[in-house]
Amino acid sequence: MNLVVASVALVLGILVWWMAARRLTSRPWEGQGTFDGRDSALIHAEPPPVRVGLWVFLAVVTSFFVLLMTAYVIRMSPHLVQTIDLRDWRPVAEPPVLWLNTVLLAVGSVGMEIARRGLRDRHYDRAARGLLAGGAFAIAFLVGQWIAWRQLQAAGYYAAANPANAFFYVLTGLHALHLLGGLVVWARATARVLRGSISLETTRLSVDLCTVYWHYLLAVWIVLLGLLVIT
Amino acid sequence: MSYVAIADRHAHLHDPQTFITKYVWSQDHKVIAIQYMGTAMAIGVVAIALSILMRLQLGFPGTFNFINPENYYQFVSMHGMIMVIYLLTALFLGGFGNYLIPLMCGARDMVFPYLNMVSYWVYLLAVLVLVASFFVPGGPTGAGWTLYPPQAILEGTPGADWGITLMLISLIIFIVGFTMGGLNYVVTVLQARCRGMTLMRMPLSVWGIFTATILALLAFPALLVSSIMMALDNHLHTSFFMPALISLGDQTVHKGGSPLLFQHLFWFFGHPEVYIVALPAFGIVSDLISTHARRHIFGYRMMVWAILAIGILSFVVWAHHMYVSGMNPYFGFFFATTTLIIAIPTAIKVYNWVLTLWRGDVHLTLPMLFAIGFVFTFINGGLTGLFLGNVTVDVPLSDTMFVVAHFHMVMGVSPVLVVCGAVYHWYPKMTGRMLDERLGRLHFWLTLIGTYAIFLPMHYLGILGVPRRYFALGDTYFAPDSVHSMNAAISIAAIVVAFAQMIFLFNLFWSLRNGKPSGPNPWRATTLEWQTPETPPRHGNWGPELPVVYRWAYEYGAPGNKDDFVPQNQPPDQGTAVAVGHGRNVG
Repeated sequence: MNLVVASVALVLGILVWWMAARRLTSRPWEGQGTFDGRDSALIHAEPPPVRVGLWVFLAVVTSFFVLLMTAYVIRMSPHLVQTIDLRDWRPVAEPPVLWLNTVLLAVGSVGMEIARRGLRDRHYDRAARGLLAGGAFAIAFLVGQWIAWRQLQAAGYYAAANPANAFFYVLTGLHALHLLGGLVVWARATARVLRGSISLETTRLSVDLCTVYWHYLLAVWIVLLGLLVIT
Repeated sequence: MSYVAIADRHAHLHDPQTFITKYVWSQDHKVIAIQYMGTAMAIGVVAIALSILMRLQLGFPGTFNFINPENYYQFVSMHGMIMVIYLLTALFLGGFGNYLIPLMCGARDMVFPYLNMVSYWVYLLAVLVLVASFFVPGGPTGAGWTLYPPQAILEGTPGADWGITLMLISLIIFIVGFTMGGLNYVVTVLQARCRGMTLMRMPLSVWGIFTATILALLAFPALLVSSIMMALDNHLHTSFFMPALISLGDQTVHKGGSPLLFQHLFWFFGHPEVYIVALPAFGIVSDLISTHARRHIFGYRMMVWAILAIGILSFVVWAHHMYVSGMNPYFGFFFATTTLIIAIPTAIKVYNWVLTLWRGDVHLTLPMLFAIGFVFTFINGGLTGLFLGNVTVDVPLSDTMFVVAHFHMVMGVSPVLVVCGAVYHWYPKMTGRMLDERLGRLHFWLTLIGTYAIFLPMHYLGILGVPRRYFALGDTYFAPDSVHSMNAAISIAAIVVAFAQMIFLFNLFWSLRNGKPSGPNPWRATTLEWQTPETPPRHGNWGPELPVVYRWAYEYGAPGNKDDFVPQNQPPDQGTAVAVGHGRNVG
């Protein structure tokens, strides 16, 4: 659980530092006025609420995955079971397709980044291509993950057979579920860009946020894969 | 620089047109708040009924034949789970959080109103799934509110077929719904405060709810992880938590899982959960005490820092629930230390409440009575927490009625007293009418004296060694006859207290039509929610202009002012000059 404590402490530490920077030490009973130009910079609301909302959400998802990975490490620990013959952890032989999937996800992330920059620089064709590529490669990643699951099943790595298998399915499955949620938002943003019906600013924000989410899920995937491979 | 607040940037404010969008599928934070409160109180009544059934069995064993041991475990489990999660968490964050955050921060609504609406309906779904478990074959789970494996999913535990599955599904749904709401509360506090409302000018209620929401957002994932993994253990026969064991004479399919891992995950959620309930209560009670004692809160900054410190510390004390679990004994030292450290910021808060009352112009209104009742009860419960936080004292007291008495005092009765005080305080804003004073006083005294009649003797039972979770004591050699008569007395007190809550609920409905009209600001309070143009506030809360805040929330009894309070949004040049910060002991 040290990992959990450390990461939570980190998140909370950042939070407290941030708040301290927001004059958590001010003496509110002294002085009156609206403090224009001081704390009110906050109220002029850059970044927009949706973006802050996404970052808060990413903190929640981070907490979720860190806890899962902690459970993984604890369950694997040889200290858990004292007698050798009761140790039941048999590492999964990760199917090679996972490496291809990693590349697909990374390309998807690059696609989203192209879309984001395209919208920023008003290169709409490039943006649309990037956006489509971002989603398509994410979908390809999910298909690849499905293939990896099927290969594991075919090789006899059933979820109930061994905790390592079970964790593999849980970790990859929950990661895929998060990506699926991102794809729903992506589909809406893509429809907007293709139709061109909604104001640029709105679309740009969705594309921006999707890009952040894609990068984030890529980072989570790399950490997950690293954990799965080294154990 | 042109100033456009977030709330005013949206071209349209999702104006409700029909009855349905106004009161059912509403995106207005005030309606959603009342929906949350109503649902939470309704399921709370179920939990009260369950506690009465438990007390009937404990007080008069053998008298009520319809209660068998299986039922008893189901009552215990569902009572605990409903009270902690579906009542208190939902009421404080979904209810008061929704109602107070936009009004107190000077916003027109939450920043994501649609998400806010979905959050409520997902919560309602979670409650309905929970209720459904009463009607499935085998009934609800009887695994205890902690749902410890392996017993939670083994044959022989009540509700092992359907109950536990529905419980886990309901929890997962609840967490998803809460995350939607929680994002709203956090981002609204951070982004949608009106002009002049700096963080350090926010009322402590908002601070408490805000910090508790952050705790909940970071801690609920632990419950989510453990719920998912336990559901897989149950249905896919994985072995995350399930060790190899023999159940009903047969070797189960599980092998090598760690029940201790579940306990770590559960309490990594479970202990912050205590503060998820306590911090909003701390915040709200600070505002009640200050307003009704006509005195600024003592040590505002200390109060804010203490809330933050408690929030952070609450993540490193979880294993004090596990001293007897078989974990590494060296952990006990670490967790006992952190547990005792958390007493420091908590004690600071208690001192500050008392010092706010000291030489205040204390009005013994209903909210104030409940607030004082809370401070008493919280000190009581907190002190027994010092006992249980020490490993050597905890070990003999583990799994006795002492623990039950402790946590009911500290996170049952105390927050409920705050909830009641808060409802008496804000009901006039929600409805435009006062709650009936006589019924309220009856409710208060019955509740306060009644809960002490229940839980003070229960400490004594615990010290005698009477175990918790036992269906019946039978002829136990260490339990003298007085234990049985005390149990009967506790049960009678519990029935009286339950009855007193019905008075409260009756008052809520009765005063809706028959209460005295309250006017916009019956308590002469400074915070923004009392300064709305209409009472109850209309959709959008404020008139054409958002309020502007010029001072902190505790400007009571200021000398040289025509009234004894100055609203946060009153410009400095209105009325006589206000002397601020002259040699006043505000910490």
